[in-house]
Amino acid sequence: MASHSESILREPLITGKNITYAQITNEVLAPVENKPNKAWWIGFVVAVLGALLWVVSISLTFWYGLGEWGLNKTVGWAWDITGFVWWVGIGHAGTLISAVLLLFRQNWRNSINRSAEAMTIFAVICAATYIVAHMGRPWLAYFTLPLPNQYGSLWVNWNSALMMDVFAISTYFSVSLVFWYTGLLPDIASIRDRAKGLRRRIYSVLSFGWTGSVKTWQRFETVSLILAGISTPLVLSVHTIVSFDFATSLEPGWHTTIFPPYFVAGAIFSGFAMVQTLLLITRKVLGLENYITMFHIESMNKIITLTGSIVGVAYLTEFFIAWYSGVEYEQYAFINRATGPYWWAYWSMMSCNVISPQLFWSKKLRTSIPFSWFLSIIVNIGMWFERFVIIVTSLHRDYIPSSWVMFYPSWVDVGVFIGSIGVFFTLFLLFIRFLPSVAMAEVKLLLKTSSEQAKKKLIDSGKLDKEQVESYVNQLKIYDSVDITDYETSK
Amino acid sequence: MSSTKFILGLFDDPDDMMHGIEKLQKNSVPIYDVYSPMPIHGIEAKLGVKESRLGYAAFCFGLLGGSVIFSIVYYTLVHDWPMNIGGKPTFPMPVFVPFTFEWTILWTAFGMTLTFFAATHLFPGRAPRVMDLRATDDRFVIAIDAKGNVPHDDITNLLKEAGAVEIKHNTRKYVSYDE
Repeated sequence: MASHSESILREPLITGKNITYAQITNEVLAPVENKPNKAWWIGFVVAVLGALLWVVSISLTFWYGLGEWGLNKTVGWAWDITGFVWWVGIGHAGTLISAVLLLFRQNWRNSINRSAEAMTIFAVICAATYIVAHMGRPWLAYFTLPLPNQYGSLWVNWNSALMMDVFAISTYFSVSLVFWYTGLLPDIASIRDRAKGLRRRIYSVLSFGWTGSVKTWQRFETVSLILAGISTPLVLSVHTIVSFDFATSLEPGWHTTIFPPYFVAGAIFSGFAMVQTLLLITRKVLGLENYITMFHIESMNKIITLTGSIVGVAYLTEFFIAWYSGVEYEQYAFINRATGPYWWAYWSMMSCNVISPQLFWSKKLRTSIPFSWFLSIIVNIGMWFERFVIIVTSLHRDYIPSSWVMFYPSWVDVGVFIGSIGVFFTLFLLFIRFLPSVAMAEVKLLLKTSSEQAKKKLIDSGKLDKEQVESYVNQLKIYDSVDITDYETSK
Repeated sequence: MSSTKFILGLFDDPDDMMHGIEKLQKNSVPIYDVYSPMPIHGIEAKLGVKESRLGYAAFCFGLLGGSVIFSIVYYTLVHDWPMNIGGKPTFPMPVFVPFTFEWTILWTAFGMTLTFFAATHLFPGRAPRVMDLRATDDRFVIAIDAKGNVPHDDITNLLKEAGAVEIKHNTRKYVSYDE
């Protein structure tokens, strides 16, 4: 039913004039089929240097052990777990966009889901490196598998939240990978059928022999819908289980029942911020302004404000409950967070995560691309601090004042963290170079209903309500990819 | 005898192609298959393609995955080596929830997707059985088996009337990827 027309009150999801199916293929595949430009090479070289720093830092960690990190007797978990939770959180937006927004029929997801899913997979890879690294003896990683007793003295401890984490993260990673790759098949087939020689052979293998026949598409859609249906509770379960790592302990500051929803909201918050960080640059560099429009940017900013506010309420609730519980250790943990030696970390977190997203109530700010990008960086920083505050400030002053310490990261700590960002960007840049960064088939689906040109045709037919057309044209004014003068003359 | 094996009607618009299907059906011309660069909603009903049963497969795989991990946890935690940890029960139901949940989803996803690949013959290295290279770009292609469907010119005219932008009489079934 590609012929039905959508209400004029809805914003267009594809802008531009006279866009054809072929043009979508050409524009999306331009970075894949042509030599990369200078901006890509500069980004790639910087990212690879970062990834090399990661290799050096992680090698030192494996060779000499966790003594290379700044951990001490009191603070036994610091930047490693901070980095792990940060990356897992970032890895939530991809599945959220592709699964939850699919179930809610939010068609604006169609042009951003592919790159957000890729981002998810790379972020979870970064998170997984922290799990392996902080084991101390990573060659014994198989201890987390339920192997028989001959391998050790006992079976694995199923009562431990860390064991649940192994299952949650591995399931999340592999299901996201399946979801992403299945969605890629039709688009890889498009590259295959336009390529020649060796490239054609490689993409042919990668395309699994996709043809686009009726039955294939029908099954493909069933698979996508069911994968979305099961990924939705999955994505919520993953950060819930990550929060169990803390919430099931008896540590003041960690032992709280608010952790699961609070962690999930924080994950969506940071995930969308990272999507924003990447896509605002990608759309410019790859020239995808017609597909990733101002409407997409504004929608994501609204989600950032919503989830940022949920996180803010969670911070305040935690504080209130600490007081209301009457447990003095719990109370001290929170007073110490806000006013102790780590006050700067706490207030960085508060201002980056709670206060700054409120600026998006202003329409002018949330439709400004430079400001959105700046704020997405602020949120990324704030969410890193959130995990640091939860982990380090809860640990650094335990029950015995003689063991109170501060945590100082070693350069290897810093190297592993900065390096993991390098690994992430290396993978992401390779992705936009070799695979289509926008789901072409899904965008083509929108062309006849939700595009600016389809709506323009409706307006030009003159059968629409004048008031509705006016409000539609008003919405278009914020788009940087729409030539508004077209509408002034036609009125 | 003509050497044409397949007649392809190439459309640049999905609605025109749907129109073409109607026209062919009205004239009792059987359609071999339709290839498109995007899913077309409503085409299954028109072509009489049965609903996919992948949902049932997904459900069964999920049930299996959940049962497998529940059994493993039960065997190791409750049966093989029950531990007394501060007098807590050795069969703690809440502990089973995350594991059973995760593996139900894991097995559903993998089981269903692999069933999809198997049923549709998708696997790495499979030779693509594509009739026209633009079917994955911007053409909506109706394929008609030339054998028995004569005269070919009538079919050509039908497709043309429906708005096909190009009609091909192919002498081989699939595009060769070896050139």
